[in-house]
Amino acid sequence: MAEKTVPSVQPEPAARREETRAQERYIIPPVDIFETKDGLTVIADLPGVEQQALDVRVADGVLTLQGNTKHIAPGTPIAQEYELLNFYRQFELPDAVDADRISAQLTHGVLALHLPKKERAKPRQITVQVS
Amino acid sequence: MAIENPWGELDALRREIDRTFQTFWSDRRPQSWRVAFLPGQGARQYPLVNLSEDEGNLYVEALAPGVDPKSLDLSVLQGALTIKGEKPGLAQVTADAYHRNERAAGRFTRTIELPVEVDATRVQADYRNGLLVVTMPKVEAAKPKQIQVNLVG
Repeated sequence: MAEKTVPSVQPEPAARREETRAQERYIIPPVDIFETKDGLTVIADLPGVEQQALDVRVADGVLTLQGNTKHIAPGTPIAQEYELLNFYRQFELPDAVDADRISAQLTHGVLALHLPKKERAKPRQITVQVS
Repeated sequence: MAIENPWGELDALRREIDRTFQTFWSDRRPQSWRVAFLPGQGARQYPLVNLSEDEGNLYVEALAPGVDPKSLDLSVLQGALTIKGEKPGLAQVTADAYHRNERAAGRFTRTIELPVEVDATRVQADYRNGLLVVTMPKVEAAKPKQIQVNLVG
C-alpha cells in the first residue's frame, strides 16, 4: 500500500490567481480530495481563517476557495517562522457534480466540502428480468 | 595529515556545498508551505511557531490546523515550552479513492526554548481557527522596569 501520510512535495501547477500589481500575496492551501459513491469530498487546511472571512464559490464549473487570515496573538513579534497570508485555490469541477447541493463545514481551521454527484451520474444496478 | 584520495575529498566537499544550497533554496520556495503543515515526531519542525511579547506576557502562536483539541498537551519546564498533540487522519478513506493527498496527519512534539523566564503556573492556551495561542506571564524579574531619572542641580 502506498504511503499516504507524507505527501509528495513535487511542485504541481495549481491554478494561480492572475499576476497583478495588487499588494496581496496568496498561499495555495494543501488539500485532500477523495471520491466516494455519492460524491467528492474536498478537505483543505486553512489555519487562521474565520467563518466570515472564508469565501467558497462555484461559478462556470470552477470551485474557488478564498480565505483571509488574521493573526490572533497580541504583542510585538520576536521570532517568526511563518507568515499568515490569504489563501486562494481553484479547482475545475467534473460535470457529474451537483453544484446546488454542495455543503461546507469549517472546524479548527479545516474546511470540509462535500460535492454530491448528480443522480444520473451515480452507478446504478440494473436488474435483468428473466422471462 | 595524509589524504588517501584527494578526489574523493573534493567530491565530498562539493556534495556538502550542494546540500547546503539545496536546503537554503528549498526554505524559500513557496512550495515549502506544503511542508509547513506536516506534523512529525519531532524531527520536522511542526507546528511552526511565532513568538511575540508585550510588557507582561510572552505569546507563542502555533500553526496547527485540524488538531484534535483534546489531544493537545502543553507543558512548561525549565524555560522551554513543549507542545504535543495529534492531527487525526482520514481513517475511512482507502488509498485508491484519493484524487489528491497533500495534507498530512499524525502525532507531533515540539519544544521551544523561551527567551525569558515565565510563570509556569499561570500559562493559558487558546485554540481557535487552527491557531494555538499560548499566553505565558513573565516573572516579575523579567519585566521591564521604569527607571526614574533624577535631575541634579
